[in-house]
Amino acid sequence: MAILSKIQHRGSSVHSLAWNIPRILLSPVPLILLQPVFSRIAAHVARSRPDLFARLGPHLSKRFLIDPVDLPFVLVLIPDAATPHLTAYRRQENPYYDACIAGTFFNLLEMVDGSLDGDALFFTRDLRVSGDTEAVVALRNALDDFDGSVIDNIVTSFGPLSKPVALALSALRTIRAKDRHE
Amino acid sequence: MNDDAGYIRPELVCPAGTPAGLRAAIDAGADAVYCGFQNATNARNFPGLNFTPAELEQAIGYAHARGAKVLLAVNTFPSAGKFDLWREAVDYGARMGVDAVIVADIGVADYAARAYPNLRLHLSVQAGASSPEGIRFYCQEFGVKRVVLPRILTVSEIADIHRQIPCEIEAFIFGNIGMMAEGRCSLTNYVTGVSTNMDGVCSPAADVHYVEDADRNLTTRLGAVVIDRVACGEFAGYPTICKGRYVCGVKSGGYYAFEEPVSLNLSALLPDLMRAGVTALKIEGRQRSRAYVKSVVSAFRTAVDGVLAGRDPGLADLLALTEGHRQTEGAFRSKAWR
Amino acid sequence: MRGKVAEITLGPVLFNWNPDRWRDFYFRIADEAPVATVYLGEVICSKRGPFFEPLLETVAERLTAAGKTVVFSTLAQVMLKHDRRMVESVCASGESLVEVNDGSALLYMRGRPHHVGPYINVYNERTVAFLARGGARNFCLPVEIPAAVLGALCANTDSLGVTFEVQVFGRVPLALSARCYHARAHSRTKDSCQFVCENDPDGLELRTLDDGPFLAINGIQTLSHDYLNLISELSELEAMGISRFRLAPHTCDMVAIASIFRAVLDRHIDAREAAVRLDAMQVGAPFSNGFYYGKAGGSWTEAAID
Repeated sequence: MAILSKIQHRGSSVHSLAWNIPRILLSPVPLILLQPVFSRIAAHVARSRPDLFARLGPHLSKRFLIDPVDLPFVLVLIPDAATPHLTAYRRQENPYYDACIAGTFFNLLEMVDGSLDGDALFFTRDLRVSGDTEAVVALRNALDDFDGSVIDNIVTSFGPLSKPVALALSALRTIRAKDRHE
Repeated sequence: MNDDAGYIRPELVCPAGTPAGLRAAIDAGADAVYCGFQNATNARNFPGLNFTPAELEQAIGYAHARGAKVLLAVNTFPSAGKFDLWREAVDYGARMGVDAVIVADIGVADYAARAYPNLRLHLSVQAGASSPEGIRFYCQEFGVKRVVLPRILTVSEIADIHRQIPCEIEAFIFGNIGMMAEGRCSLTNYVTGVSTNMDGVCSPAADVHYVEDADRNLTTRLGAVVIDRVACGEFAGYPTICKGRYVCGVKSGGYYAFEEPVSLNLSALLPDLMRAGVTALKIEGRQRSRAYVKSVVSAFRTAVDGVLAGRDPGLADLLALTEGHRQTEGAFRSKAWR
Repeated sequence: MRGKVAEITLGPVLFNWNPDRWRDFYFRIADEAPVATVYLGEVICSKRGPFFEPLLETVAERLTAAGKTVVFSTLAQVMLKHDRRMVESVCASGESLVEVNDGSALLYMRGRPHHVGPYINVYNERTVAFLARGGARNFCLPVEIPAAVLGALCANTDSLGVTFEVQVFGRVPLALSARCYHARAHSRTKDSCQFVCENDPDGLELRTLDDGPFLAINGIQTLSHDYLNLISELSELEAMGISRFRLAPHTCDMVAIASIFRAVLDRHIDAREAAVRLDAMQVGAPFSNGFYYGKAGGSWTEAAID
């Protein structure tokens, strides 16, 4: 499927990042091990951000394919207020979706986190959108109505595990920031 | 208030698409923010964007506690039989204590001026007032205190207008630069059946379709119409008709018949604008993220403060946030742009 | 219909026609076209004004002598000194009727009877009432207003004694700009345009990248490629209370067009036959009526004719 084909990077910065991606995400770990983490993220966001769902309006039951093109799996998000789903699939499973957002893992992460602008990523072709454009715009706007870092907020929710994850994330951000300035 | 360099301190007016965006703008140094409700009463009626009345009330509290103003955009045109929604928006704004309501429609301006004589009115760029007489009409009829000028004038023309009108001037300094006169464009409606003036949307996302082929050539459609085709590696712009490529008999191949994908950046012209009598400097982009708001507002806060302190502002490094990765001074520097 | 006499009107020529052609066109309209009101004057570009100004008086006299009401239209986009002078001079004449197309003309005409043109954003009853208090007598409404809103607008302003007019034929004005797109297509600027717009008496056609006809450029104005045709909706419009039906001038036979529309208003032919006759004229682009039905303006909906 053309839409899911590997993104071609123009700049070297994105390439050089590949080794910075957490090893666990690149490894052929069974998705079953990652799935509890994603479920937990979905549940946490649903609990802490009920207003997010109001912003999504009619797009609550849409299936959003989130495609981190440099990882071996994709995520399907159904932002249903009562039972939100964030499910990982192997890319070749081609899960059904209404709208697709594709970009590198870090671009997607920083966009969700409010430190990269989605329009700017689109202008430079670092973000691909297909399918239901309105749903994507609604999701982007809903996620953006957040003070501070969504990611930090989620990480904190991991309880005893949050400290090592936070440290890893902070290290990654430092590398990413350096990489961008080179 | 005159500063070291002899300028009057301008108001930095910044976009707020969501409550978090509003807080980001104020924390980054905005003197005022502008925002709208989640309906057709404002010109950025996009999915997932804008404020509920309760959110606006909280936002006003946040802004006022930090000395910032909140300007409410009620800047679209109610169609017959639907005036109540616009009346309600003005009522909310007045009761919650917004610092001004930005209006475009004559009927809405008339309502606001009569119902709330003490409510400050700004004339939206959507009203398309581009001459001193046109602006004076709104000042005399509705007591408009500030006009937002369309992005079609040179700095010297702005200075000229300033001398001939009784109200303040707000001018755009950064962001999307639409090529058509605001409030006078039915191109979106012609293709989608959704009206920019009546519904508050230009290129509604529901009608925008992106299709990328295996070679990463991106085709953008609005409704059934191909707006542009961007080759792999080529930068993209907003999916608006006025930024698209077309073919005509006197040109070979597709060309940007109206304007290329490009963003306005007037940071280098700030001193000239301030000398021309511009009271408020406006940053476009309520539809953009808080990441954009933070970067752009911070950059212009620094630039404006620098000018006030007598420094050369230079060109703010905001290329990463521009459309098509390109910036322009548009009409403001030279008539040749026309 | 509420007692208002239905009229066919002729909007201003929007394109940069050769002055002789322009004069001859109006002479023929004066002699042959069943139109009651003719709007005259340069609406798009103040640079073109001087070509037609010397002919205005002669043409206006000829039209008046033929029993037509002449209304002078003002510029739609007013910005430069030339633009402003032009509007001021059109509005300065105390005697003639003026149709205002921008805010500056509204200022000049306030307190005197005038027409409000389609370039003024009149979408609701409150705007109509406000402008009527300032002297507005006739409103030619923006082209994008759908039938339901036209109906509501007429119904809610019934007591004001104003008349409403809508465009029913010709390319539809869609946008205005400060930039001249004719000049841009010829790699020139507005100041150095050398009047290239005179090559395209119905506008310069723009096609999409997949070669579909799309828009037409006329200097700073953008129009539809297709021609609006509301012949089948005339009786519905009349029933709402719209009494004036505007034809936008093109190079096709406007006398014939006006005669077909008049014949329908007079019940001499029915809309179905009129539609066939209009189709047969082959105006050079397809017809559209989407705005009326609240759909994409460029689309076509088959009217439900009884």
